[in-house]
Amino acid sequence: MSTATRSLPRTIGAHAILITYTVIALFPVILVVMNSFKSRAGIFGAPLTPPTAKTFDLIGYTTVFGQGDFFHYFQNSLVVTVASLFFVLLFGAMAAFALSEYRFRGNTMMGLYLALGIMIPIRLGTVAILQLMVASGLVNTLTALILVYTAQGLPLAIFILSEFMKQVSNDLKNAGRIDGLSEYTIFFRLVLPLVRPAMATVAVFTMIPIWNDLWFPLILAPSEETKTVTLGAQLFLGQFVTNWNAILAALSLAILPVLILYVIFSRQLIRGITSGAVK
Amino acid sequence: MGSLKIENVKKAFGPVEVLKGIDLEVTDGEFVVFVGPSGCGKSTLLRVIAGLEDSTSGRVLIDGADVSVTPPAKRGIAMVFQTYALYPHLTVRNNMALGLKQAGTPSAEIERRIKIASAMLSLEPYLERRPAELSGGQRQRVAIGRAVVREPKLFLFDEPLSNLDAALRVNTRLEIAQLHRRLKATMIYVTHDQVEAMTLADKIVVLNAGRIEQIGSPMELYNSPANEFVAGFIGSPKMNFIDGAKLGETAKTIGVRPEHLTVDANSGAWKGTVVHAEHLGADTNLYLDCEKAGLITVRIFGVYNAEPGATLYATPDAAKTYRFGADGKVLR
Ligand SMILES: Nc1ncnc2c1ncn2[C@@H]1O[C@H](COP(=O)(O)OP(=O)(O)OP(=O)(O)O)[C@@H](O)[C@H]1O
Ligand SMILES: [Mg+2]
Repeated sequence: MSTATRSLPRTIGAHAILITYTVIALFPVILVVMNSFKSRAGIFGAPLTPPTAKTFDLIGYTTVFGQGDFFHYFQNSLVVTVASLFFVLLFGAMAAFALSEYRFRGNTMMGLYLALGIMIPIRLGTVAILQLMVASGLVNTLTALILVYTAQGLPLAIFILSEFMKQVSNDLKNAGRIDGLSEYTIFFRLVLPLVRPAMATVAVFTMIPIWNDLWFPLILAPSEETKTVTLGAQLFLGQFVTNWNAILAALSLAILPVLILYVIFSRQLIRGITSGAVK
Repeated sequence: MGSLKIENVKKAFGPVEVLKGIDLEVTDGEFVVFVGPSGCGKSTLLRVIAGLEDSTSGRVLIDGADVSVTPPAKRGIAMVFQTYALYPHLTVRNNMALGLKQAGTPSAEIERRIKIASAMLSLEPYLERRPAELSGGQRQRVAIGRAVVREPKLFLFDEPLSNLDAALRVNTRLEIAQLHRRLKATMIYVTHDQVEAMTLADKIVVLNAGRIEQIGSPMELYNSPANEFVAGFIGSPKMNFIDGAKLGETAKTIGVRPEHLTVDANSGAWKGTVVHAEHLGADTNLYLDCEKAGLITVRIFGVYNAEPGATLYATPDAAKTYRFGADGKVLR
């Protein structure tokens, strides 16, 4: 910002709003992480204070790690999220390329049909999906989750990516054609690198709901073998007693992988959100 | 080596007919320029020739062979785009090499061709740079280099200079002219800048609304335009068109170029007042509001001092006056 456009009251105002928002957004996260390091008495006695020497306790984490399978749940979550993300990005980008690049009969209808999923929540079809999975013997497999999440993520991915792909220079693609590149090479080597920011945006929007989802793991893959982290954390939620230490520790741990993935994508993401606004 | 024939090519995008039957023959080694107003279908025609767009009907023959089902890479063409269209992730060298690699050219041969092309276009210092690290003029030279290394039968240029500034445009224009002379290749060049058209072309094709209005050498088009459109399009400042009825003529419209009018302070055919004078040094453009002829432009060579509001008489050179009928065609 240049000095000419900077005024003190405005700067203070802007910062005040942003700081307030940050505090509100971070508050629950900090509360969870903070309390995960406290003893049970500490959590109930003074939930809003940071752990002190007296209330500091790693019991939550030892419970979680003691519950041998927790790593396995983590692994399941990670496999499901990464695989779904990969398929959503691959197929989403391919469909978006076809819709934006080729003129064929029914192009617009196809685009609308593919975008319909944005408006209709996939959970409405849960019963049918369960029947389908039972019929195809995929219940209690990670494949079932990956398939469902891929379907869930595709509509938004196609919608966003096709808008971005329309902006990729036609001349560039045509230059590739004249140089004898195949349509696949044009897609993978010329177009994809140019829409990378949009891909990162889509990746983040796709990844978080998948990682946090409880619904489909509960219905489609509740077995010990295929439990995801969110489902695994339910273990500590009893009908009569709830092991808060363990739940908070599990949730704090569950934040980590998403955070790592987010950091990987965020450098691209920022460009994705602002691209078009500033050339 | 490098002739082109287009037979009754039509192209429609849905219900919109963009090319309405184009017939054209280009002989080997010719420099042909397509000109026409924006949206008349120049780029579309070029893309049909390149194979980037299928024609709705008609045939395109390169060296006598019908290429309707030949993919762009196999047509023996190279194209230079208005937006350069360089591969952003490749160095200048690899930008030029990519097409040859795809075609399976041996690497020694690729190296040799890049060497020649980069020397020709003074690109040697930049071979290891990426497009983002080059200026606009350098980028366009790389784009031309990428076309040259393919050693095509046919070069296609789509407004290659329109993103460059005026000085650079003159230089690059010169380079393209030299390139044509040196390679003796057939070139098709799209522009809506008529200076480029007049200076580069062996043959100009004037397009309007998807049709060819006239084909001819620059001087043919200047001296004997077939119709009002061509007469108005070729030449700068634009030809004056005067309602024939006002002059008591049988022709619908009378056309006279600004440079074929003379002015005199005391007597002449059309009396008028000076509205505005543009002093360009080498010549002067006067805008006269005439009683009979309406607002006309007069181009006078050298300096001519005329104040707005002054009365002047303009006289057309009778031998260089064009008469157009009601259908816009020239009357002979
Ligand atoms: N893919 C397309 N779909 C529909 N219409 C198109 C398409 N491409 C071009 N057109 C239309 O075809 C007409 C001719 O376009 P073209 O690009 O050939 O014009 P041009 O003569 O090159 O103009 P300019 O000098 O502005 O580049 C225009 O009216 C344009 O709107
Ligand atoms: Mg064009």
